[in-house]
Amino acid sequence: MTLPEFFGCTFIAFGPPFALFVFTIANDPVRIIILIAAAFFWLLSLLISSLWYALIPLKEFLAFGVVFSVCFQEAFRYIIYRILRSTEQGLHAVAEDTRVTDNKHILAYVSGLGFGIISGMFALVNVLADMSGPGTMGLKGGTELFFVTSAAQALSIILLHTFWSVIFFNALDTNNYIHIGYVVGSHLFVSLITLLNANELYTTTLLINYLVTILTGVLAFRVAGGTSRSFRKFITCQ
Amino acid sequence: MAAVNLQASCSSGLSSEDDANVGSQIGAAERLERPPRRQQQRNNYGSSNQDQPDAAILAVPNVVMREPGGSRPSRLTGGGGGSGGPPTNEMEEEQGLKYGAQHVIKLFVPVSLCMLVVVATINSISFYNSTDVYLLYTPFHEQSPEPSVKFWSALANSLILMSVVVVMTFLLIVLYKKRCYRIIHGWLILSSFMLLFIFTYLYLEELLRAYNIPMDYPTALLIMWNFGVVGMMSIHWQGPLRLQQGYLIFVAALMALVFIKYLPEWTAWAVLAAISIWDLIAVLSPRGPLRILVETAQERNEQIFPALIYSSTVVYALVNTVTPQQSQATASSSPSSSNSTTTTRATQNSLASPEAAAASGQRTGNSHPRQNQRDDGSVLATEAEAAGFTQEWSANLSERVARRQIEVQSTQSGNAQRSNEYRTVTAPDQNHPDGQEERGIKLGLGDFIFYSVLVGKASSYGDWTTTIACFVAILIGLCLTLLLLAIWRKALPALPISITFGLIFCFATSAVVKPFMEDLSAKQVFI
Repeated sequence: MTLPEFFGCTFIAFGPPFALFVFTIANDPVRIIILIAAAFFWLLSLLISSLWYALIPLKEFLAFGVVFSVCFQEAFRYIIYRILRSTEQGLHAVAEDTRVTDNKHILAYVSGLGFGIISGMFALVNVLADMSGPGTMGLKGGTELFFVTSAAQALSIILLHTFWSVIFFNALDTNNYIHIGYVVGSHLFVSLITLLNANELYTTTLLINYLVTILTGVLAFRVAGGTSRSFRKFITCQ
Repeated sequence: MAAVNLQASCSSGLSSEDDANVGSQIGAAERLERPPRRQQQRNNYGSSNQDQPDAAILAVPNVVMREPGGSRPSRLTGGGGGSGGPPTNEMEEEQGLKYGAQHVIKLFVPVSLCMLVVVATINSISFYNSTDVYLLYTPFHEQSPEPSVKFWSALANSLILMSVVVVMTFLLIVLYKKRCYRIIHGWLILSSFMLLFIFTYLYLEELLRAYNIPMDYPTALLIMWNFGVVGMMSIHWQGPLRLQQGYLIFVAALMALVFIKYLPEWTAWAVLAAISIWDLIAVLSPRGPLRILVETAQERNEQIFPALIYSSTVVYALVNTVTPQQSQATASSSPSSSNSTTTTRATQNSLASPEAAAASGQRTGNSHPRQNQRDDGSVLATEAEAAGFTQEWSANLSERVARRQIEVQSTQSGNAQRSNEYRTVTAPDQNHPDGQEERGIKLGLGDFIFYSVLVGKASSYGDWTTTIACFVAILIGLCLTLLLLAIWRKALPALPISITFGLIFCFATSAVVKPFMEDLSAKQVFI
């Protein structure tokens, strides 16, 4: 039972990102490199927030660490935005597929996916390793929903990071401070909501987080130039 | 130890006059050019090469040629200086960078595969996780609980190991300088033989034991025989490129596992740090052994122990190519180095169409004795690669050092050589959908080994976040190295940046990040 659970949770959390990677990233070397670079920057932000968490004597309050971690992540999102924009010309010369630079949302999407994938991996990978056996949750205390909800939360975080980057990059390009505020605010909100998971309020947190995910996704879709009409066309394969 | 070798500087234009001298080596220009994915570029280079007569300056990037010096000493000596440089084509930086991205990916995949094999093995076979037997080179076994004692013994162990590496490297250089190719190749063959048979047998045994699978000796022997012989053939002689690459990756992974298994814990970390420093010195200092090796090879217009190096494209085609090229070269009297050309052609042939291969094969019959020599040479080179791992650690080490060089070599010279005959054959290449070009990027197997040691060691502590952090850090380091390579265009060590990043992230993650992430995931908080 542990092995099927392991695979199920793995595919819940990483199936959609993997599909995104295969269909949109894997064919273009430049995108792969940007993805890994974004992952690296997320690692740096995590390192700094962990240092902060370790040095500041407030370890009992996880919320404290979470708030600062979100701030650092958004700061690094801004840094990677600056870097990508300043190297855009070079990228244009290097890229084989010039769509990468012609359509600015692609860079945002790729770096956001990089952020999301590494973030989801760090959140889930050790849980997954425990999941594969020999024991499982729920036999002696705890809830058996622990693994599934973790995987679902990780998926929402991965998708959210992607959407956030698209919105954030565009907002910086157009000086849309409302969107910037929305990104930082919703990131903070989602992370703080997950604090309720410790009380096993899974329905609440999952519902709220997926609501935010869908909202953010719609916003990102609109920011990237999508309309309800184009969506309908896409659905009907026209 | 890894030198990223860009031989961008001299591109040789081939002049018609040169054609007369078949025998003479013309400096093969090795360009920085990365393999042209784009069609435009391809057309430019490819068409010019193939279509144009010899006289034209060919910009086609050759992959380095490997002519093992030993086989054709006469040529080498007679040839004189490497570069009889006709007009040099200037490579545009942009072009170099353009192919850069693709090259980076071509290295990412094998490096990731190698790490994957090591990490999967470490996590599934407990045999490789514990150290009970030690190498001869590490007399201090770190049994003491005292950190200070452990520190000193790790330092002493790594110093001993590094001195062995240094000695072996110099030995290799001396042998190379004296043109003792047979000794080097014998050494390499022996070591690859040991890796492919003995260490693989140990691996198989532990694998079967870990999964509790019974297997009788005849079956095991049959498997080992087939696996080993095919491996020896594809590494040292010829075989499909993918097969060869697969064997090289496996051999590197096996070597990394041996290090992880037999080095005491702290010593392994100390060795990683020491080897990247040594790499820096050996490649960059004016009298560094690897630098001497690279320069000597350039002078001789040879490839540096191709066997020690993972090549993203060419290596194996050599045999086929070689013969045709030489034959062509002689026939066409293409000026420049047959050597350099060989590789290129080989790659082309292999990559290109079966037709080409067939054509080359036919040509071979015509080829001179040289061809044979070359073949030998290529074999030798391959051997060298293989050798790195096998026999003795020390031997391996030195070899690795050599291997570590990433050579981005695009040689143009090949063009001229390919010349007329070739054109027809090659034509399919241009259209070839795969987009593989002759030029490949090369990374020493030593780099594979030490990257994998780092990641494998990190994963042996059972924390996956540390493993992933190391992996990302190493890939980013590799990216930066390749970027510097494109900027500076000289041989660069591939280990220092990656290993430094990897070590920093490994310790930082396991010390600082891990507690934080464990708190978070225990309470299911997502950031």
